[in-house]
Amino acid sequence: MNRIIYGDNQFFGVNHVSDEKARNQSIKFREDESIVKTIRIAMDEGIDTFMCTTHERMFNISKLISNDVNMREGLTVYPCLPYAHKYANAVTELGIMGTLKQYMPLNIGEAFIKGGTAFFRKDYMKMMELLVDAELKMFKHINTPIIFLQNVITDLLLGLGMNEVLLSFKNYIETKYNAEAGFITMNMPLLMEALESVGVDDPIICSSINVDGFRMSGGKEAYENAMKNHDARIIAMQVFSGGSTSPDKALEYVCGLPAVESILFGASNRDNIRDTISRIRKFDKIVNHGEKNEILIHETI
Amino acid sequence: MIKIGLIGAGKMGISHLAILGAHKNVTVNAVAEKSGLVRDVLERYGSFKCYDDHNDLLNHSQTDAVVISVPTKFHAPVVRAVIERGIHVFVEKPFCLNPAEGEDLMNLAKIKNVINQVGYHNKFIKTFREARRILQENMLGEIKHFNGEQFGPVVTKAKELTWRSKSDEGGGCLMDYAAHLIDLINFVVGNISSIKSAELKSFYSHQVEDAVYALVKTSNGIGGTLNVNWSDETYRKMSTSITVMGTKGKMIVDGTELKLYFKDKPKDQSYSKGWNIRHINEFPSGVEYYLRGEEYSDQLDHFIQAVSGKAKNDINTFETAWKTDKIIDQIRTFKITA
Repeated sequence: MNRIIYGDNQFFGVNHVSDEKARNQSIKFREDESIVKTIRIAMDEGIDTFMCTTHERMFNISKLISNDVNMREGLTVYPCLPYAHKYANAVTELGIMGTLKQYMPLNIGEAFIKGGTAFFRKDYMKMMELLVDAELKMFKHINTPIIFLQNVITDLLLGLGMNEVLLSFKNYIETKYNAEAGFITMNMPLLMEALESVGVDDPIICSSINVDGFRMSGGKEAYENAMKNHDARIIAMQVFSGGSTSPDKALEYVCGLPAVESILFGASNRDNIRDTISRIRKFDKIVNHGEKNEILIHETI
Repeated sequence: MIKIGLIGAGKMGISHLAILGAHKNVTVNAVAEKSGLVRDVLERYGSFKCYDDHNDLLNHSQTDAVVISVPTKFHAPVVRAVIERGIHVFVEKPFCLNPAEGEDLMNLAKIKNVINQVGYHNKFIKTFREARRILQENMLGEIKHFNGEQFGPVVTKAKELTWRSKSDEGGGCLMDYAAHLIDLINFVVGNISSIKSAELKSFYSHQVEDAVYALVKTSNGIGGTLNVNWSDETYRKMSTSITVMGTKGKMIVDGTELKLYFKDKPKDQSYSKGWNIRHINEFPSGVEYYLRGEEYSDQLDHFIQAVSGKAKNDINTFETAWKTDKIIDQIRTFKITA
């Protein structure tokens, strides 16, 4: 995994600490082309990995990416599925059965209506696989070496104790897509134990990790201990805790964690993208060259 | 360990089940759910003991408390069956189809001395709690007006496939959605006591309203407006906000941000003259397990604490939820007579 990964929250109206800012950003990025343009800027600044949800707008954005030879060849995409709000809203409107009928591929949907629940009784995992396939269709012509399960689903399965389903997802991604599976979570210490219990070694995990302990369930210390006690390839997200910490303080903490392999961030313009990349590189250099004292002295002044 | 049963494993029920499943002090010993598919999945992959009928769950499993998340029209009979057995109860919002049912259950819960809580999760969001504190400490001076808004994309096209599109089953924007805002205004600003005007409007639904517009007054004489629309797809998810105008300043609060304007330096030293903005990440959270928002874990944790005798049963009681039911009823009645 690349050290720095570019995320998509700013494009689709997601902001963890301001609904108002989120709505304003969704207006700014109302055109798909403006999203693609911003991804090009990120590539210009040295980014080569884009992590995104399977939002319905990604259908067209993926098309625009695969039509651009530089992007098609230079950009790696990590899809995160499913786009949970689509299903959550559908369940409210249609119920659980209605939602399954709506999102199953057409021929399966018909069999489902004819056969009812008996159709799936034998093999619920087949149902999961069909939903995964439907979500991933949009990335057909794009390089997707790692495919993530979104935190709402990962954490739901975790809470329900359905650890085997997490394993089934991983196995399916590996065999069908020849890709690695990753898990996004808001409950990293619990997830690490759950994955270990079903024999998953060295999983890819993307989780909130920040100096303030924001969205780190069980507390920062539990996360630090989990990172020491379990092998995992970790992507840190929400490293700025939603923006309440100074960027230097935030990145000094995350860059100083040896278990964190990659840092995921989102930004909507060139200046902010460049600024974050250069700060990560600065702190990586300090950590790698043992110059930590120097920066601490500098910060004190 | 508290032994808890779940009745109703739909969208909210499954979310509650995951939170309870991850809770250190809880054992989920049974689930009652009508859908065979959901039961099958929960038994096969989650090792939950499942029943088709809630009476079987109540008769066969030794539960200390029950979480109920069935369609609203079943709230009253199921809640009654649970508290008559002396079992503590958490039920999803809104409380009941009508205030008479709610009043009966409120009194029964007192007689049976059971912990009772309703799932108005907004009260567990820290920005709204701080907003309530600011008003209780009169930091905005005399309150002249408030404006409550709630928007989201629930019904965005003409489809009517579940109970949510039937008014006599608890469907419709007023009972199923605006209930959140009414309950939250009761908590933050003061209990709404009268309706001055109300309009229920349909955008896509045929049998129920998709929007609620109302002019209301609280028992302490503050006038305000309600503007609720569940057919607004410019919102990615439900967004609830309250704006309050006072003689000493103004407050705009939603689930993520608290924006405060003080004309002069307020007595609380943590705020200053002019604009102050506090984001949700600035309020400490102690959840052990997170799913969709800290408030969902916090509300169940509060219930568990109350059942264990470690917290007072003082948030989202049947009594406060019944007050919300009464306002819903008044708004609906206003529509009919106008």
